[in-house]
Amino acid sequence: MSVSRYEPPRRRDTAALIIAAGLVVIGGVMLWDSARLADLGGYSGVGPASVPRVVGFALMGLAVWTAVEALRGDFPQRAPQNALPVLWIVAGLAAQLMLLHVAGFSIATGILFAFTARAFGKRNLATTIPIGIVVSFVVWAIFSQLLMLHLPAGPLEHLIFPRG
Amino acid sequence: MSAFEFLMQGLGTAADPMMLLYALIGVTLGTAVGVLPGIGPALTVALLLPVTYRLDPAGSLIMFAGIYYGGMYGGSTTSILLNTPGESASIITALEGNKMARKGRGGPALATAAIGSFIAGLIATLLLAFLAPSIVKLALVFGPREYFALMVLAFVTVSAAFGDSALRGLTSLFLGLALACVGIDQLTGQARLSFGVPELLDGIEVTTMAVAMFAVGEALFIAGQRVQVDDEVTAVKGSIWMNRRDWARSWKPWLRGTFIGFPIGAMPAGGAEIGTFLSYATEKKLTKHPEEFGNGAIEGVAGPEAANNASAAGTLVPLLTLGLPTSATAAIMLAGFQQFGLQPGPLLFATNPTLVWGLIASLLIANAMLLVLNLPMIGLWVKLLTVPKPWLYAGILLFATLGTIGANPSAFELGMLLAFGVLGYVMRLFGYPIAPIVVGLILGPMAEQQLRRALAISQGDWTTLVQSPIAATLLGIAALALIVPLILRARGKGEVLSQLAGDED
Repeated sequence: MSVSRYEPPRRRDTAALIIAAGLVVIGGVMLWDSARLADLGGYSGVGPASVPRVVGFALMGLAVWTAVEALRGDFPQRAPQNALPVLWIVAGLAAQLMLLHVAGFSIATGILFAFTARAFGKRNLATTIPIGIVVSFVVWAIFSQLLMLHLPAGPLEHLIFPRG
Repeated sequence: MSAFEFLMQGLGTAADPMMLLYALIGVTLGTAVGVLPGIGPALTVALLLPVTYRLDPAGSLIMFAGIYYGGMYGGSTTSILLNTPGESASIITALEGNKMARKGRGGPALATAAIGSFIAGLIATLLLAFLAPSIVKLALVFGPREYFALMVLAFVTVSAAFGDSALRGLTSLFLGLALACVGIDQLTGQARLSFGVPELLDGIEVTTMAVAMFAVGEALFIAGQRVQVDDEVTAVKGSIWMNRRDWARSWKPWLRGTFIGFPIGAMPAGGAEIGTFLSYATEKKLTKHPEEFGNGAIEGVAGPEAANNASAAGTLVPLLTLGLPTSATAAIMLAGFQQFGLQPGPLLFATNPTLVWGLIASLLIANAMLLVLNLPMIGLWVKLLTVPKPWLYAGILLFATLGTIGANPSAFELGMLLAFGVLGYVMRLFGYPIAPIVVGLILGPMAEQQLRRALAISQGDWTTLVQSPIAATLLGIAALALIVPLILRARGKGEVLSQLAGDED
């Protein structure tokens, strides 16, 4: 290989290299898991482990390809991102997940609603949380009472619809 | 019975007052959600799936058909009145439509889009009705190897053929295929990739994953953008009706768009927005007013909009007749069928003709309702466009989690929603397409099953896969669809391909 002097300086894309590593890990997990399976290929010679194995190797191959593109700096430019709003939404989803069965649908989802609104610029949680709870409660009432969906009820729901 | 008689029978089913009500609710909800900025048809369908959970299968599918068509109509309104570039689905419509709206011709632009969508939907649904029986007959000679080849073709066209990178398309596809392996193996009952977690034994829920990818991932991505683009809604001024000249310039593009869009939607490449793109290129070439293109030419709205809707109906051909989803939207619709234990495909036409034909007939009805709903009530839909972003995305996440909780009220399922949402965010950040991972998840198990059946029949002889002429041809096309774009990109002609890729469905 000869080093060309006319090539622009290529920057190594660390984030893309991490993706390549992630693909290796996923591929490795697939291969490890498929090795554990009893391969009941039967007549076909193709058993439950075969497809995961193929997918595992394919992911490894794609990881190599990704690594090559990362080293050559072929990945597209990314717009800079603000981490804070993203974290607010993730926190909202996590809060809903943890509160759902304790506090019921309306309160848990109301918090998600308010945190999401905050991520998009409505910062005053003191007003957005009540708004979110009211909106979520209306949605809960429509979906659980009219459309018969099973949505977890909490103290608030039991207060207004005692029969749940 | 002929297709015509079946269709009449279906119209009988769909004209039941209760069914008409379901269709009306479906188109209204579909339009309302589809018109919201940033929500394409795939997300519309995924978000509204829970609304249909508790209905009977016929009512639910009819409502669903209405949601699908309604989402398409709503999307075109958004792209005409909003200056957001990169809005999925009808990006081409935005080219000319938004220019028309800015010149105060938003009314005729909306009208030509709505009427064009109606005509395209009408013709394409009729084509679907008359083509379906013959494809069903053809499908009956399909064995496992032909199905497998067809699915391989769908994998390639969805992931690698279009878009700006075969690498990222294939990575997304194989991640979907990896996720598809999770759960109990269908043929031997062994648990795969479940790591002793009982919730994973059932596999990964397609709707959870689709909602996470499209709704949560998109919300995170938009929230993280440092430069917040403020969407500017162009007011509709003047008459919404088209004048004689508009009609004269619109009707040919409508028809051309329909006949370009339908076959492309029906082929296992329905995912990409090729139809709208080709229609736009055709109109640009044929127009008598080339100077208007780029400044608001009505043909540039009429043709692509018709093509868009025709290809939406076209996507239903492989979905209903072969059980093969070729776009993310179709994959979610398939999940909608599966919630009632219905597997679309040739068998469904035999075992449940009332349902299938009722569904096809209700598409015709939904289409007519949409025309009535859209033109006079446009002012109402325009108001929805002005919902401020904080409330819009808060509402989207509310409904996204509502669907997941409604299907399975467990913290584990919400955890999956969060995890896939973050995955969707990272994929968006690095330019990975979303459709392949969804299609891989839903088609993966089907393809695996067909492959293993084919090999069981041949007793492990792999050459069986290319010994049938149909299967060999399909695999050949798939190989070409993989290799040719790679060569094109290597020669620096990849830009056309990336323009052809739809963002979402």
